[in-house]
Amino acid sequence: MKVVIMGCGRVGTELASILDREGQEVTIIDIDPDAFGQLPADFKGKRVVGNGIDQDVLRQIGLGEVDAFVAVTPGDNRNVMASQIAKHIFGVPKVVCRIFDPIREELYHGLGLETISPTREMARMLKEALEREPGGKG
Amino acid sequence: MYIIIVGGGKVGYYLAKQLVEDGHEVLVIEKDAAKCQQIADELGDIAIRGDGCEGTTLESAGTGRADLFIAVTGDDEDNLVACQVAKNKFNVRRTVARINNPKNEAVFKNLGIDTTISATALILANIEQELPSHPLIPLLTIKGGGLEIVEAKVPSYSAMVGKRIGELLLPQQCLITVIIDEEGVPRIPNSDTVVRAGDEVVAVCRCESEDALRAVITTPAEETNER
Repeated sequence: MKVVIMGCGRVGTELASILDREGQEVTIIDIDPDAFGQLPADFKGKRVVGNGIDQDVLRQIGLGEVDAFVAVTPGDNRNVMASQIAKHIFGVPKVVCRIFDPIREELYHGLGLETISPTREMARMLKEALEREPGGKG
Repeated sequence: MYIIIVGGGKVGYYLAKQLVEDGHEVLVIEKDAAKCQQIADELGDIAIRGDGCEGTTLESAGTGRADLFIAVTGDDEDNLVACQVAKNKFNVRRTVARINNPKNEAVFKNLGIDTTISATALILANIEQELPSHPLIPLLTIKGGGLEIVEAKVPSYSAMVGKRIGELLLPQQCLITVIIDEEGVPRIPNSDTVVRAGDEVVAVCRCESEDALRAVITTPAEETNER
């Protein structure tokens, strides 16, 4: 599977490493040339410095031919815009978009984007953990 | 009209000022406290501090009753999302977004924004019209025959865009021999080939009809649609 990951922060780096180890064809793109430092030394995928909301950049990395696109930059709006370009302009079959703001996440989910809100997921997991644990010892 | 402006920088400030003078009800949403204060000091109580992409901020701004929603921050992605939230969550009829990268115009249209305005594109169009020799590059003069081979990129404002080769009124003895699209793929056109913005056109023409060919390529399309 050919995958493009936009955003080489902690999550992007982790996801890229996992997929690369599985043997997937990974391209990771970040606007900051220093962002790729945390990738493992044996990472076989492509590193691209560029702006993921610039169509020219996305065209250059061959977004029209990839199977999946994941947007995990720190900016919700940047992720939303890049994901919509990937889905609606380049027709990428699988697009996943991270949106921290749960309200915005709900809206774009309703508009047909596949979205994940770490805020909502984290709150849910924390609540589950609270309900599971008997409580700390005093 | 009730008009909401997202972004209180220079564009937002002067836009708000003019619209207030024209008698409209205006509200500016701006993240930066100092800019908000400046607007309040100079234009009156028409600014709220907040993120114009957030549903709660837009709710308190009364976005549901806005006649017009204009996003003019310096970031295209913020303007896109603000307009999409206004349109899809608050059913604002008309949204206008400022774009910085002129190539985002098509994306924004495609994603439901009614109108886009690009200062970059306006300045570029002006430069291109100021420099009439710009679009036509002579590649080769064919000696003896008075013919030359020229190349030109079709500007997005050109009246050629969307027309078939057969419809174009080309100068006599002028042949469009190759069209190279934006992906860099060359094609030999026939009369049904449609010209697109950004195509590189390679043509053979008589040296004296170079100006006429240039006019065909650079004449702007008439303003048929709203911009």
